Amino acid sequence: MAEEFAVRMVNITKTFGHVTANDKVYLELHRGEILSLLGENGSGKTTLMNMLSGIYFPDSGQIYINGREVTISSPHDAYRLGIGMVHQHFKLVDVLTAAENIALGLPGGLVVDRKAIGARVREICDRYGFSVDPDKKVYDMSVSEKQTLEIVKTLYRGADILILDEPTAVLTPQETETLFAVMRNMRADGKSIIIITHKLNEVLEISDRVTVLRKGEYIGDMDTAKADARALTDMMVGRTVTLNIQRDLPVDPQRRLEIRNLTVKDADGVVRLDDINLDVYAGEILGVAGVSGCGQKELLEAIAGLQPAVSGSSIKYRPTGRSGPAEELLGLGPRAVSDRGIRLAFVPEDRLGMGLVASMNIAGNMMLKEYRAGKSPLVERRHPYDMARNIVRELEVVTPSIETPVRQLSGGNVQKVLVGREIAMHPTVLMSAYAVRGLDINTSYTIYRLLNEQKKAGVAVIYVGEDLDVLLQLCDRIAVLCGGRLSDIVDGRTATKEQVGYLMTNMGKEASA
Amino acid sequence: MTQLISLLTSAIVFGTVILYGALGEIITEKSGNLNLGVPGIMYLGGIAGIATAFFYEMYAAEPIGAVGLILSFLAAFLASALGGLVYAFLTITLRANQNVTGLTLTIFGAGLANLFGGSLNALAGGVGQISVAVTSRAYRAYSHTLAGLGWVGQLLFSFGFMAYLAIVVALLASWFLNRSRVGLNLRAVGEDPATADAAGINVTLYKYLATCVGAGISGMGGLYYAMDYIKGTWSTDGTIEALGWLAVALVIFATWKPARAIWSAYLFGVLYWAYNYIAGLSRATIELFKMLPYVVTILVLVAVSMRHSREAQPPRSLGLSYFREER
Repeated sequence: MAEEFAVRMVNITKTFGHVTANDKVYLELHRGEILSLLGENGSGKTTLMNMLSGIYFPDSGQIYINGREVTISSPHDAYRLGIGMVHQHFKLVDVLTAAENIALGLPGGLVVDRKAIGARVREICDRYGFSVDPDKKVYDMSVSEKQTLEIVKTLYRGADILILDEPTAVLTPQETETLFAVMRNMRADGKSIIIITHKLNEVLEISDRVTVLRKGEYIGDMDTAKADARALTDMMVGRTVTLNIQRDLPVDPQRRLEIRNLTVKDADGVVRLDDINLDVYAGEILGVAGVSGCGQKELLEAIAGLQPAVSGSSIKYRPTGRSGPAEELLGLGPRAVSDRGIRLAFVPEDRLGMGLVASMNIAGNMMLKEYRAGKSPLVERRHPYDMARNIVRELEVVTPSIETPVRQLSGGNVQKVLVGREIAMHPTVLMSAYAVRGLDINTSYTIYRLLNEQKKAGVAVIYVGEDLDVLLQLCDRIAVLCGGRLSDIVDGRTATKEQVGYLMTNMGKEASA
Repeated sequence: MTQLISLLTSAIVFGTVILYGALGEIITEKSGNLNLGVPGIMYLGGIAGIATAFFYEMYAAEPIGAVGLILSFLAAFLASALGGLVYAFLTITLRANQNVTGLTLTIFGAGLANLFGGSLNALAGGVGQISVAVTSRAYRAYSHTLAGLGWVGQLLFSFGFMAYLAIVVALLASWFLNRSRVGLNLRAVGEDPATADAAGINVTLYKYLATCVGAGISGMGGLYYAMDYIKGTWSTDGTIEALGWLAVALVIFATWKPARAIWSAYLFGVLYWAYNYIAGLSRATIELFKMLPYVVTILVLVAVSMRHSREAQPPRSLGLSYFREER
């Protein structure tokens, strides 16, 4: 009976500081099956798998491999048990060849026998239908080749339990098909596979069973044959929670930003945003929903002038009042934008990296926006200090003094300083990314209140969020991104959680058509 | 012709000093540690070798060259490796800034060596200049029959054993880094320690060993300088430091390839001594000529950066401390 399970994880709990990433989670993987591990961002999928592959160690709970209880305290242990994980960020050395990467850290003779490795690699490739050139350098490889190499590497080390962490996130549809074909071959060969994903269509296409996590908790599992997209979405997003966030009807919304055909590629040439068409209105809060890494960051940064867009893209800015020509923002850069009197406020996800200078005090951080004010060669100090005192008083920032480096403040207070500074510049567009992440309830409500005040003052507010309940109760409209594309725009007052969840995960055929 | 041979032989002697320095630094840098303490380490190697030979020759009734050679050789290697160990402890275990630590090591090595070197000179009395003649002779011994074979003999066989050892070390290092399993792992550590760690490679151990062994090899440059180049004496004129920096430049010039470092080192030697063989140079022009190796290094750096070749780049995580990411 126990033999039929390749992996059983029982009652697994893992906390980081005061955050519980996994709370009494169960997972069962039969031999020779493909299991989907499904969940939203931060639902603890990757954490759970990292415990199986020896990167983290569980606080409590048991892991059984092939029916035997085991302790996995390092990636090495995992390999010995036949567990191999392909991470989202590939662990490959660029300047080495495929064969050399495979040989890394393995025991063996004094000299690396590249021929023997090459032969075994070809054998593995032939067996499952991969194609890997053992002598090719990794820096010459495409993303999908690198991923293939990672999988071959785990197989070379004798893994018969494979964990793939969001493997399709970086692949084109054709490459995804190839990967799935290979996965089916491996299953036929008796390998057991766990695929972490949040794309429902892939779950339904490739897996035999699916296990759903939500907010670190085990929700349940079911046979894929009996599941459908609706049922899985419900399990994934859960019940609607009433939050009582104030939401007024927008008063006289005017079009402020016209985003047309916006396409953004990253340094590797991977398309991060694909042909986005979106209007942003002054006096409303536009929510942006999506699984993390679906282009939210790129969207905000493109508007802020921090992210170059592919030619043909356009972001037009219309000043207040119906007259006045629209200005093209793309290609200007933050400095040129502010020189034109356009006040874009940006509360980035990475508060202490991009938003504030961690080792400077509150007033110093105010100065970052003001250092060009005045004609004197010396920096004007009085105004930033007044501003800092104002923010501390009005937003009830808990700090020993305004001279305290912001790095010593708690997360919520850091966010108050950042939001306070951005609002103090009287923006016409206010962008915020995950503005309440990691904040307690009270601070979150303070942030909601501030955003609502800005909306009332006629600011175009963009709120990128991850909590669907908040998005649905704070925003007037919600743009749903899926895999870098605009899945749909829904009305925040009438849309349901299931609907948004479905749009987030179903980049489906309709969007690709 | 005689002039050319003479230029080439002095270039080889000069090149050997910096070749040791550079080879050690290449091994160190391949582990991701940028040790700017090369000049200091060369000082340590030089003074340890000289001091050991000096006391041996002072206390032995009839000093034997070979014994002095072995003792001073081991002492120099140990002292230099110890310098590397200090650097390794500070940067790997304590995660101190690598640049600052390296520069400090250079200052420390130079100060320590000149303190003891100066004391030895004072101890020696007489002209205020020590000499370890017996040991130095052993270092400089070569076959007169072979060296007598015209200009070929001059060019190929007229050097002490350390000049040949440097070439052997370079070829071994090249084989080690490109062919051997341990060398492959070492390169992975310098490129991407997180990946190496995940592959089960002991990153800390590799970094420590590479840094210590690398420093040991670098120190041989100082030993060769003291025993062969200036014939078993000590001078506090700071030449070793200048040569040490040149060794660091050579690492870049050779694009982190030991085999390439061999001819590059001799080329540096030719460039350095060229002014001696060009007639009619003023004092000022001579100083300009001495600049050539550095100018060439800058040009190589520019060319390499412009070509964007991934092969000619420094190890990716050079200069960065590694610690396992914790959430």
